Amino acid sequence: MNAVTTPTHAMKMGDLTRKDVEHTDEVAMRVENLDLYYGESHALKRVNMTIPRNRVTAIIGPSGCGKSTLLRCFNRMNDLVDACRVEGKILLDGKNVYDPDVNVALLRRRVGMVFQKPNPFPKTIYENVAYGLRIIGVNDKKVLDETVEKSLRGAALWDEVKDRLSESGLSLSGGQQQRLVIARAVALEPEVLLLDEPASALDPISTAKLEELINELKDKYTIVIVTHNMQQAARISDFTAFMYLGELIEFGKTDTLFIKPGQKQTEDYITGRFG
Amino acid sequence: MNEHTLKQYDAELENIRARVLQMGGLVEQQIIQGMKGLGEGDLALLDHVIGEDTRVNAAEVALDEACSHIIARHQPAAVDLRMIMTVIKTITDLERIGDEAKKIAKMARKIHGGESGFTPRVELRHVAELAVAMLRQALDAFARLDVAAAADVVRQDKQVDAEFKGILRQIITFMMEDPRTISRGLEIVFIAKAIERIGDHAKNISEYVVYLVKGRDVRHIGLAGIEKEISTP
Repeated sequence: MNAVTTPTHAMKMGDLTRKDVEHTDEVAMRVENLDLYYGESHALKRVNMTIPRNRVTAIIGPSGCGKSTLLRCFNRMNDLVDACRVEGKILLDGKNVYDPDVNVALLRRRVGMVFQKPNPFPKTIYENVAYGLRIIGVNDKKVLDETVEKSLRGAALWDEVKDRLSESGLSLSGGQQQRLVIARAVALEPEVLLLDEPASALDPISTAKLEELINELKDKYTIVIVTHNMQQAARISDFTAFMYLGELIEFGKTDTLFIKPGQKQTEDYITGRFG
Repeated sequence: MNEHTLKQYDAELENIRARVLQMGGLVEQQIIQGMKGLGEGDLALLDHVIGEDTRVNAAEVALDEACSHIIARHQPAAVDLRMIMTVIKTITDLERIGDEAKKIAKMARKIHGGESGFTPRVELRHVAELAVAMLRQALDAFARLDVAAAADVVRQDKQVDAEFKGILRQIITFMMEDPRTISRGLEIVFIAKAIERIGDHAKNISEYVVYLVKGRDVRHIGLAGIEKEISTP
């Protein structure tokens, strides 16, 4: 990365959005003054952050800090939660995704999501990947074949499943299922890929494969990953955001955040001193 | 600093810190006894100093291993990571200080073991005391995470360097006046050089302390640069 300004230590997110990210990276999405309430409970408090394009941004923090809630705001998955109210903006290409005229289905094509537990459809491996295309009206066999292969290759799964495309997606191992779900997401060529604890149900080898895949995917996609595993965030992300009690405490380059964090709360959390 | 949720981790880190300070005390004694042996011609004491090097070396190896264990088992981050990096570097410098002390003792043995005469009279005690004070202060700075004290050590190194140059000039004068002093003169030059190197190692340790506390690498940026770094939050 050609950093124009290289901060000597991680700064509070306000500074970083301006100096660190914008001058050096293209912006994929931007969160502006985001507040989120579940009924009376104030789950996200004045969150401001910038998601740099073609980078991996990790969100870390203790359970209940709001990291998954924030992730779900990026493609409006929280719309499905009753009594959830959102204030503030999330901009994608300058357009607020919470504007009333936004087509949510289209938004979720541009901002895809992969969940903690792999959730392939009870269909064949092939149909799992082709499904998204079919519902947007693509039925040309040749196009479907090509996209399925490309997506499975992109998800580093092709070699393992190319001879069994007609078997059920559920017959795959957990790690393979997770990569199948990623293939399903990338088949629609999203701009941003949201990953919510994608490796928490996987064994170390599957986790390593998934991390390698994330590293490859960032050439084409912007990735935002929520993880409980700090070492995982340190290994794969370019930027890391630390959240606590609904607030974004610190957002900075991963190298900086893990060596010399700017905030004491961040230091306490990443060194295992959180009481 | 708060305690880790995992108490065992705290205990291991604390143990490493304490052993670094112990190792520092060991090499400090080596220098003091080496200079005492040189001043008093106490060959038994000089042999003891030379023998102590084995203990210093063993301490370095054991601490290196303890650091590897911490990295493998706890994956330290932030201040803990900087502490481990600092320890790994510090013990290398402490071990080298031990080597310098051993060198002083060996040269002193040569001077006192051979026939007397033709030894230039040069004052080394003062510069040695300065170097020991630097080492002690560097270790204190490490123990108390005191960057101001660390910067002070870097400042003192200039004084030790200046004293070394003065001693060199004196010895050269002796050698020019009477070539019979050359061989002994060289031995004294080696001792003075060892003392000067001890100052350099103490300075290195102080620079690691600034990294440990501030997260900024202040090697090779000069005293003014260090003072600037420690004055910014």
